[in-house]
Amino acid sequence: MYAQMIKSTGQGVKTLDEMEPQERAFQERIDAGGKIEPKDWMPEGYRKNLIRQMGQHAHSEIVGQLPEANWITRAPTLERKAILLAKVQDEAGHGLYLYCAAETLGITRDEMTEQLLSGKAKYSSIFNYPTLTWADMGAVGWLVDGAAIMNQVPLQRTSYGPYARAMVRICKEESFHQRQGYDIMMKMAKGTAAQKRMAQDALNRFWYPSLMMFGPSDAESIHSAQSMAWKIKMNTNDELRQKFVDQTVPQAEYLGLTVPDADLTWNEEKGGYDFSQPDWAEFFDVLKGNGPCNTERLAARQKAWDDGAWVRDAMMAHAEKRAAQKVAAE
Amino acid sequence: MSSSTPEAPSRSGEWPLWEVFVRGQHGLSHRHVGSLHAPDAEKAILNARDVYTRRNEGVSIWVVEAHRIAASAPDDKGPMYEPSNSKVYRHPTFFDIPDDVRAM
Amino acid sequence: MAQATAKAPTHNEALFEYLLRMGDNSLVLGHRISEWCGIAPALEEDIALSNTALDLIGQTQMWLGLAGKVEGAGRSADDLAFLRDAWDFRNLLLLERPNGDFGQTMMRQFLFDAYQMLNLEALKTSSDQRIADIAAKAHKEASYHLERSRITVIALGDGTTESRTRMQAALDAHWPYIGEMFAADAVDIAMTHAGIAPDPASLRPAWDGIVLPALHEATLRVPDGDFAHRGGKDGVRHTEHLGHMLTTMQWMQRAYPGATW
Repeated sequence: MYAQMIKSTGQGVKTLDEMEPQERAFQERIDAGGKIEPKDWMPEGYRKNLIRQMGQHAHSEIVGQLPEANWITRAPTLERKAILLAKVQDEAGHGLYLYCAAETLGITRDEMTEQLLSGKAKYSSIFNYPTLTWADMGAVGWLVDGAAIMNQVPLQRTSYGPYARAMVRICKEESFHQRQGYDIMMKMAKGTAAQKRMAQDALNRFWYPSLMMFGPSDAESIHSAQSMAWKIKMNTNDELRQKFVDQTVPQAEYLGLTVPDADLTWNEEKGGYDFSQPDWAEFFDVLKGNGPCNTERLAARQKAWDDGAWVRDAMMAHAEKRAAQKVAAE
Repeated sequence: MSSSTPEAPSRSGEWPLWEVFVRGQHGLSHRHVGSLHAPDAEKAILNARDVYTRRNEGVSIWVVEAHRIAASAPDDKGPMYEPSNSKVYRHPTFFDIPDDVRAM
Repeated sequence: MAQATAKAPTHNEALFEYLLRMGDNSLVLGHRISEWCGIAPALEEDIALSNTALDLIGQTQMWLGLAGKVEGAGRSADDLAFLRDAWDFRNLLLLERPNGDFGQTMMRQFLFDAYQMLNLEALKTSSDQRIADIAAKAHKEASYHLERSRITVIALGDGTTESRTRMQAALDAHWPYIGEMFAADAVDIAMTHAGIAPDPASLRPAWDGIVLPALHEATLRVPDGDFAHRGGKDGVRHTEHLGHMLTTMQWMQRAYPGATW
């Protein structure tokens, strides 16, 4: 989810009969629900795709800290401040787990960071939207984390062992995130007129960007087909988006808030809602760097990286001096 | 069937990668919980406390530089051709998987 | 103690003041550290700093919660945190100073952690059981903060030419704010006599015993002079920085009075 528009490097999905024995054994293992581990043979496309996807996922966690950290210093109570801080801290942890998992594929964390800062690697479009009121902390937890969970729960079964294990750890923490977001929304929806207005405004601004998180329809995409064959993508974007809408609309109704979609209707036949698509032109603009906060987000990451360089260097230099002293003393 | 990789894979200046093992209060053996970066062992232990234990008391932490771990490697010829239920493919479970997650 | 125009505080007033000092130190430093969330030099440091801030916010809830009870005016920890103006804050000036670079943040943390750990250790045997209970929990946290900040200060002082220069500048900048930690006033004297809290001055030798060897190991020069800025813990003259911090921190409560969040 945090990985949008991942293009596989393959040329479409081969049948088992078209594969060389090694690749065929690899695919059969995946088909049988087995895990691929770091030292196992894997097709180069699988490795490259995973690095891109896990990197994008990790970057999204790290960039995703920023819009929420924006409100830590303004949280309205000590308890809310502690909960929000713990949540944003979890996101740093998730980024850390994912980077470490990606490192088993032969890339370093610093290299991935450089790819993020150079614009070569992407992160989820959602984090290029601003957080303007406290209600946005509720909306981000409820909608953004809710959308992320849709994708992350199935990824616990992804074929790459380190990725699957990282996702297990992450999913344990994500449900707390979504619940704290919804809890914020509940307080506001039952609060003063100003709080209700704030809550509705947050839903209005985050609804369509949340739907965009799943990416454009990919039912016909050969890239998606390859990723699904490799089990590094478990569902189509449309399936997950439908599931998200079906789950979220009743939650909005419970809050007494209105989903900003005049065409939203229950479709008895398909057992789900019919709903309006987000503005995909806006989505592609955001991906191209023209979202409301792209510039600020990358600048903040760049500044943190640059400002921290002397610290990372000094700690390493100190460790090396210590090691040299130890050797000399022996 | 064992191979070690004595070369540190990280680039110069980058904090090395460490594997973290934690033994909880219940006296079970140390269990791999994840990885992190740190300039040296002392800092790796502190980082492990902050990242992986959230500083629960009564836990014992081991850290080892990732590149110092010797690991068995799949043989080029055999394992890929065996059925997937062969014990060759069994791996240690590094994370507790809750029952409700397993069911998914 | 010069210019002592105010009358001596009653026991309850002194106790309330003392608890505000404990609570505001945690609140203000916790707020400052939380400003690092998302932008620290490495992910591991980011996560560790958040843990420190979380500990401090938790301690704030306990200290200010008890302060509100002692005051007896029905004010909660949140009321005290979000609805007092700067002159009613009782934190050390050192803690409201802006974060500066990572080195300044960690140096401030180290200088305070050493004091805080020792103070909390003494408070564990406070004649007031409520204080002893809070201190017992907070002392464990402060001891860990100190271990981490001490190792970090040593590494950054010893690390590179640039890092040593930055850490020396940090130490020089913070040094005039050290004295306030150990200067006793009427509130401290009342607490000491009641067996509630240690005489702050009595903590200095042990503090020196922790801080000076670490600074030496960090290859840093201890600044000359013992000039000390005052005005934080008695609220008489805060720095200009505190007002800006409160403007941010208290915005929601001030803009939407009476709302429940």
